[in-house]
Amino acid sequence: MIALHNYLILSAVIFSIGVIGVLIRRNLIVVLMSIELMLNAVNLTFIAFSRYLGSTDGQVIVFFVMAVAAAEAVIGLAIIISVYRHRQSLDPQEMQLLKW
Amino acid sequence: MDTASFIFYLLATLLVIASLLVVFLRNVVHCAMALVTALLLIAVMFVTLHAPMLCVLQVMVYAGAIMVLFLFVIMFLNPGALEQQRGLWWGFGTLLAMMLAGVLVPLVATSDLPADPVAATELFGSPEMLAKSLFSDYVLPFEIASVLLLVAIIGAVVLAKREN
Repeated sequence: MIALHNYLILSAVIFSIGVIGVLIRRNLIVVLMSIELMLNAVNLTFIAFSRYLGSTDGQVIVFFVMAVAAAEAVIGLAIIISVYRHRQSLDPQEMQLLKW
Repeated sequence: MDTASFIFYLLATLLVIASLLVVFLRNVVHCAMALVTALLLIAVMFVTLHAPMLCVLQVMVYAGAIMVLFLFVIMFLNPGALEQQRGLWWGFGTLLAMMLAGVLVPLVATSDLPADPVAATELFGSPEMLAKSLFSDYVLPFEIASVLLLVAIIGAVVLAKREN
């Protein structure tokens, strides 16, 4: 049988890969996708804990994380469309209007 | 090695490969396809953890709705040129994230956690059990989530509307 550690290590690795994406990519859509990857890594942790502790709460929280992630993706993509209309670019480096 | 561990290690390997592809592929559509693969693999992993309801939700909400939205926006904006590869910056970012993993992995690997799952009842992870808990203990968060989704819909319409 697989121990809980294995699931947690896998989640940590996937979360870190998501962090790489947020740090290095210069394309807003891919940055948003990396954030989705990180959210999924956390979901996996919740489900694993729910299974190993025999509690429902972890699964319910994942349910809410999915609802919030859907809202986040919708708003994020709407902002990306709106930014693209002004700048004709998806590069986060070029969004520096508030920088002095 | 028994079947359960074999399935876990197979899924884990594929999942890490798919995640790396999401981050390192330069074509955005290819990234999206790799992300769909990763999300479906996580859904399969949910089944192995006795969460069939959430597996179905994962496939429908994540691999279905959210990914269609991503692909729609990618095709709508049509970002033609491939992203430039900045070797130094990519290496630096990867190093930073590997340091994060280097902190997280030993931390969870040495912590004191239950090694074996609790014996699952027939109902564990079923829609029935999830609904019971959702509509009794978590009824307020549930209502707030519905308001949040409404706000997201209105916000998306307002943000993406052409101003004139």
